Amino acid sequence: MTLQECYAAMGGNFDDVIGRLRSEKLVQKFVLKFLNDDSYELLNSSIASGNYTEAFRAAHTIKGVCQNLSFVRLQDSSARLTEALRDGNWNDEVAALVEEVRGDYQATADAIRTLAGQ
Amino acid sequence: MSMEQKILIVDDSEMNRAILTDILGGEYDIIEAENGVEGVANIQKYGVEIALVLLDVVMPVMDGFGVLDMMHKHRWIEDIPVIMISSESGSAFVERAYELGVSDFISRPFDALVVHRRVVNTILLYAKQKKLISMVADQIYENEQQSNLMIDILSHIVEFRNGESGQHVRHVHTLTELLLTNLVQRTDRYPLTRRDISMISTASALHDIGKISIDEAILNKPGKLTDEEFIIMKSHSRIGADMLEGLTMYQDEPLVKTAYQICRWHHERYDGRGYPDGLKGDEIPISAQIVALADVYDALTSERVYKKAFSHDTAVEMIVAGKCGAFNPLVLECLMDVAPRLQEELGKEGKSYGSTDDVNNLAREMMSSEELTVSGRTLQLLEREREKYSFFAAMSQEIQFEYNTSPPMLTLSPWGAERLDISELVMDPGNNPRVLELLGPNVWDDVVKLLRATDPEKPVIQYDFKLHLGEESRWHRVVARAMWSPDEPREYQGAIGKAIDIHDSRTRLEDLERAATHDAMTGLLNHASAKKLIEDRLDDLKCNYALVIFDLDHFKSANDTYGHMFGDEVLKHMAEKLKQSVRGSDIAARVGGDEFLFFVRYEEEVEPIVSRIFHALIGQYEDFTISVSMGIACADTVGRVYDNLFRAADQALYAVKRAGRGKYRFYDDSMSQMLSVISPIDKTGDIVENKDR
Repeated sequence: MTLQECYAAMGGNFDDVIGRLRSEKLVQKFVLKFLNDDSYELLNSSIASGNYTEAFRAAHTIKGVCQNLSFVRLQDSSARLTEALRDGNWNDEVAALVEEVRGDYQATADAIRTLAGQ
Repeated sequence: MSMEQKILIVDDSEMNRAILTDILGGEYDIIEAENGVEGVANIQKYGVEIALVLLDVVMPVMDGFGVLDMMHKHRWIEDIPVIMISSESGSAFVERAYELGVSDFISRPFDALVVHRRVVNTILLYAKQKKLISMVADQIYENEQQSNLMIDILSHIVEFRNGESGQHVRHVHTLTELLLTNLVQRTDRYPLTRRDISMISTASALHDIGKISIDEAILNKPGKLTDEEFIIMKSHSRIGADMLEGLTMYQDEPLVKTAYQICRWHHERYDGRGYPDGLKGDEIPISAQIVALADVYDALTSERVYKKAFSHDTAVEMIVAGKCGAFNPLVLECLMDVAPRLQEELGKEGKSYGSTDDVNNLAREMMSSEELTVSGRTLQLLEREREKYSFFAAMSQEIQFEYNTSPPMLTLSPWGAERLDISELVMDPGNNPRVLELLGPNVWDDVVKLLRATDPEKPVIQYDFKLHLGEESRWHRVVARAMWSPDEPREYQGAIGKAIDIHDSRTRLEDLERAATHDAMTGLLNHASAKKLIEDRLDDLKCNYALVIFDLDHFKSANDTYGHMFGDEVLKHMAEKLKQSVRGSDIAARVGGDEFLFFVRYEEEVEPIVSRIFHALIGQYEDFTISVSMGIACADTVGRVYDNLFRAADQALYAVKRAGRGKYRFYDDSMSQMLSVISPIDKTGDIVENKDR
């Protein structure tokens, strides 16, 4: 799988990220690093423990990283989750968004694992 | 300082930091921080070595705005540019960031080229600005020097014509500055900035330029002036003012305006009886009021053709008593305030008018209205000081610290932080769990209380406490200096100091104290210290007390039969039994040999207590049967004098011995003529043994 195919599989924008960061090597390096970022685990654990301020920060960080890497689909859902969590309350909308982010994250992570040959 | 400029990246996402590092790492030395507090700690640590901060907004512990707040409070924002990077892009948000002083705002997702360009530009811009500031400061310094020189020459011409010492102008300048500085601290009735004070002091040199047109014969006449001559003499104030008014080109110069006021009105009197205009009270500009007083003081304390010099004290006395004109009471208060320092200040040889400090202050005021900025040169000096400080801090192996009250923040030296296993920067240390764990309750509050209670003249405090480092608790001494603001009113701003491990010396002292008050073999109190403690308690008349003395029956035979080693074991055993049987509040001691005493407090009856202890003491120690004889004296029958109590208990003990040992008895009057077992007590409290019974 090429980097370009990986972006296509996860719903990312390859042209955009290459336009901004300008080096395929660099992009590949950070895409592979994405799996090491613990923000997603922090999101899950803080939601499990009901700490929505922490969950907001985790979602915010995921969004930021996705913006940097042009992971458009996950960026979109995590951005909406960030806004929904901003005032620190739990409701059905948040619950639905969490599920959406989880789905997008899995798809993104799967694509990256395939790229890494795992 | 390393050659590569440092960039501090503050972002909670490692990935984001890594991307930025990749973009910039080739040219700059990158420092990473994963939250605001770490960021602030790094700024504290590296200071202006950091050429730029890249700052995220949403972060745990302290967010980006928190960092900006701190950078404001410490004025770092004036020297270190900040570029904020965030995906928050609402206009209110961006506006707030700019308001807090960020140089630039980059929104996510960012373009690598844009980030790179903006970082480079911002760093260049700041470097240029710093250079400009220092150039302006130098320029002002030079201009100031030149105009001071001109004024100096001019006023000296006048002085030499007057036959004055040449010091008069200098003295009036210094006096004016001292009096004005004191005045603005005392009241806000005259709103003068530091710049105004500097300008009035400079202008004061011109107060007598009008004398240039007065005939030398009158100026230097040794005797009293005739009425006619005096009228001519008086005209110098108006003439000086007219000369200045003649400088049509410079009429709007504040210096000329001020000099005009001083020239014209420095002979006015607060009561309205001065010349030339008979102005009264605050109709006279404050500049002229102050220079008038300075002029009079210096005239009194200098020798003139028509008079001898008065001493400093006499001069102040004469002025305050109203013998040399009428002055604003407030201004007189200023004079009395600065009087003790006057002679020293005036004695400073050749104090130059535009000292570097003054000029820097002026430059600062000019560069940013009332805001302090620092020139590049000063920054370099600061940087050098900081390097020196951190070098010595690292060498000294002391826990050094700095504490700021607003916001509450404790900074520790690297060695200190490592020793305490705490971060170098601790926000709100008074409520930090690790600080509490280290210090235990109250220590922090006590130290802060001590610091707050200091004053700027005596700001150093000392305080001993136990530092709890894991399993071990060690005595430390904190020596700290409270920091007070330089401006009036003086405000407490925090402290600097260090904590030194004094455990070993302190423990040695405690050991010595213990050795002096305790019996080495049994660990019980010795007689002398027990006596002291008992005498203290006897002063408390509300309580009933009994003193009990006992010894071991047939102890000599135990020694003889089993040896002295065994005898010592028996004594230790007895001491242990005694310790276990008395209550915590009772006093137990070894009197000497095989005699012991204890001292108990009781409510109704003492006998049950004594009986219990008596029975606890007797029994068996290996092959030796322990039996004791015990004499008891109660304070309510014998009185509250220790020696009497002791003698009575001793006599009761003798009575027991004589009646066959192995019992206890209370002292009663029938025993008053009895011999004693252990008396007499000599003056030093030592016991003279009397064992031939």
